[in-house]
Amino acid sequence: MTRDRRLSWINGLLLPLFNVLTAFLATGVVFLLIGVDPIEATKILIYGALGYDEGLGYTLYYATNFVFTGLAVAVAFHAGLFNIGGEGQAYVGGLGIALVALYINPALSAWIVIPLAISGGLLFGALWAIIPAYLQAYRGSHIVITTIMFNFLASALMVYMLVHVLREVGNMTPESTNFPDVVWLPFVHDVFAGFGYNIAKSPLNLSILVALFFSFLVWFFLWHTRWGFAIRATGKSNDAAIYGGINPKKIIVVTMCISGALAGLVGVNELIGVQHRLFLNFNYGYGFGGIAVALMGRNHPVGILIAAFLFGILYQGGAELDFELQNVSRDIVVVMQGLVILFCGGLEYLYRPVLMRFLAPIEASE
Amino acid sequence: MDQSNIAIELIDVDKHFGAVYANDKVNLSVKTGTIHGIVGENGAGKSTLMSILYGFYQADSGRIKVFDKDFISTNSRQSIEAGIGMVHQHFMLVENFTVLENVILGSEDGALISESLDKARIELTRLAQEYGLEVELDVAVEELSVGMQQRVEILKGLYKGAKVLILDEPTGVLTPQESDELFRIFEALKKQGVTIILITHKLREIMSITDYVSVMRAGKMVAHRQTSETNPEELAELMIGRKVLLNIVRTEAKSGDPLLVANNLEIHNEQGIKRVSEVSFEARSGEILGIAGVTGNGQGTLLKALAGILPLSKGSIEILGETISPKRPLNPQELRNLGVAHVPEDRQRMGIISDFSASESALLGYQNDKEINQGVWLKRSLVKANCESIMEAFDVRPTNPDLKSSNFSGGNQQKLILAREFERDPEVLIIGQPTRGIDIGAIEFIRKRIIKMRDAGKAIILISVELEEIMSISDRIIVMCDGEITGTVDAAKADEATLGMMMANALPSDKKITEAQL
Repeated sequence: MTRDRRLSWINGLLLPLFNVLTAFLATGVVFLLIGVDPIEATKILIYGALGYDEGLGYTLYYATNFVFTGLAVAVAFHAGLFNIGGEGQAYVGGLGIALVALYINPALSAWIVIPLAISGGLLFGALWAIIPAYLQAYRGSHIVITTIMFNFLASALMVYMLVHVLREVGNMTPESTNFPDVVWLPFVHDVFAGFGYNIAKSPLNLSILVALFFSFLVWFFLWHTRWGFAIRATGKSNDAAIYGGINPKKIIVVTMCISGALAGLVGVNELIGVQHRLFLNFNYGYGFGGIAVALMGRNHPVGILIAAFLFGILYQGGAELDFELQNVSRDIVVVMQGLVILFCGGLEYLYRPVLMRFLAPIEASE
Repeated sequence: MDQSNIAIELIDVDKHFGAVYANDKVNLSVKTGTIHGIVGENGAGKSTLMSILYGFYQADSGRIKVFDKDFISTNSRQSIEAGIGMVHQHFMLVENFTVLENVILGSEDGALISESLDKARIELTRLAQEYGLEVELDVAVEELSVGMQQRVEILKGLYKGAKVLILDEPTGVLTPQESDELFRIFEALKKQGVTIILITHKLREIMSITDYVSVMRAGKMVAHRQTSETNPEELAELMIGRKVLLNIVRTEAKSGDPLLVANNLEIHNEQGIKRVSEVSFEARSGEILGIAGVTGNGQGTLLKALAGILPLSKGSIEILGETISPKRPLNPQELRNLGVAHVPEDRQRMGIISDFSASESALLGYQNDKEINQGVWLKRSLVKANCESIMEAFDVRPTNPDLKSSNFSGGNQQKLILAREFERDPEVLIIGQPTRGIDIGAIEFIRKRIIKMRDAGKAIILISVELEEIMSISDRIIVMCDGEITGTVDAAKADEATLGMMMANALPSDKKITEAQL
């Protein structure tokens, strides 16, 4: 049993840690190649992301998005589904939020309007996932292919909606009118100011609490309800699930709905949290980033929170590098993200044999 | 002893994986031109030993001599060159190639395939005559029966010049008649001076065909015997290290009302192929109904339909007051609620979830039970406690509900499944291959438990490919061949030969109407 425990430590903690460190090492090499001192760059990155109020605010704000999409990928993954459509589901989820925000009676209380707007995101995200799910479950189309295609469809749909339906008359940019104040989620700096603490302004808003709440919900759902059990059973063994009276087809549809709904929450942070209007490409990159976050976080909510925080650091720290150093552009974020995905995803088990040999050799008594 | 008489000699061969010794100082010497049996429980190290001979693994230490020459093999080609051929349990044949093409696979020479084919055709015709191994050469392998496919494997070995043939559980997929045919081939091969190593766990085969037998237990070679000087009881004891009851003592069945009546069933499998037709039977309380048949003759499909996994295409099943029909299917969950337990044929893929902890595997199928769910909350501590208590009741070791299911031995996994299904006090039990691939100790335990359920008045349907199992615990036997029932017999009056004929559907038609009371 001790060996079992050690194995879970290796798989759950040491491997991801080593993988991330390797990715950073590789990033260091990239810095050397473009003539930047990696130590200096690391200092800027860390300070930029964590060193002062505003930087930390930005880091957490980015992380919030990654929590939503990371959870989305993870839930689907537990049912054995690879949801590549987080990008599109987040986008269409944003439409759901915007529709509630734009057309609801602004005289209602925020306690009604905001939950309704969040529900709009959940609902539209789920709807965008239900068609690929249905096709996978009942028609045998592969979910990876269909969700990718649905990302493009989402893109086209949103351009249409913003150009032809939601754009204000006379506005040259494809964006909606501003949402009424009542649907705005408070900024964290405003909340702090309300208690008499002054912290620097940043886009960080109460969506982060929504993200924490849903992380808990996903954890409870997957490991402490019979439905979570059914989802995990289906993901591990389709035959065993059928044997256990679980209908895998239903599980596929339900799980994808949950997954899409979670992705649909990106709009909560971006739209009612920060921008207060609907505009093009607000979701850009978060859907795909979520895949990396889920991979790195081992599809567990706690891991996802940590991984999302790391990605937040990369995003914010990368922006800072771009600002501070002449020969570094913002694209360095993409490079770092790519390396993290490479080492955490593609080369996931690179160190496993070595770690196994030293920390958990097969015991004679087994 | 004349050294040249020894085909294969192993001296102190060690092989370990990590700290586990799969082979621990194994000594073995196989005389040329004999049939040498190797018996042992699963995991005793037989397969590892043969894999060393066939070049899949290398021994850590020790010496191997083949025909008096030192032998080190790092791949199967070297072993073939040394004269060792292997017939695997699962055939290594390309299904849509012809027999001829399969035989030359791996030994094609020259750029043109037709040259090799012509050469092989002449050689194979000679071999076939010499050893009595007639097979049509230009038929695709997928069209041959399992017994014939096995011949192709043997021919393949001989064609490549094998003087020693290793056969791993060769009769597992054969009818008794096909097995007898295989043994005749063995005799012919032996006469021509071919050495045969037979790996099996069926003691009956060892006794009837081999000249010598070696017994392995826990990686060690524990005994060598001349077959004529030993008996099955001694071998069984050597295999597991204590005395076992091969024939379980049981009382007469007190069969009561039929709890499950199947009428004229027709069932298609997952791929939509018709596998069962015109099957009718009834299972009564207090009785074990055995369903015999060679693997793949529709028993598995029938089992799944009885458990609600596959729908019926025709017919109906009356079960505990409900009727299942093509129009009104019941799913596995509904059947469980009704009191039908199901031990699936495929333990690894259906019975448990390898990556789940034992307690979660023990929950499979019962996840919606009211006692463990409070609203939306699945009470894991209760799940764990339940698992621990059924583990104790069925002596599942180690008694640790948190251990990953895949870390239990096959026998303990099976006991866990049985515990899960039996402890909820079902009325009808549908049991598939309860003892496949598990050790003798666990087999004994499991069979006793099944009989105990029978004595408690449950109706039990038992499907097994082990004729010996069917015969030793069922009260009534039906035999299936090609999706139909080819015979029904009272277990007390059953004999292996008749059952074997039924399994191949080879009984003369007037004898098909048997003493059965169906």
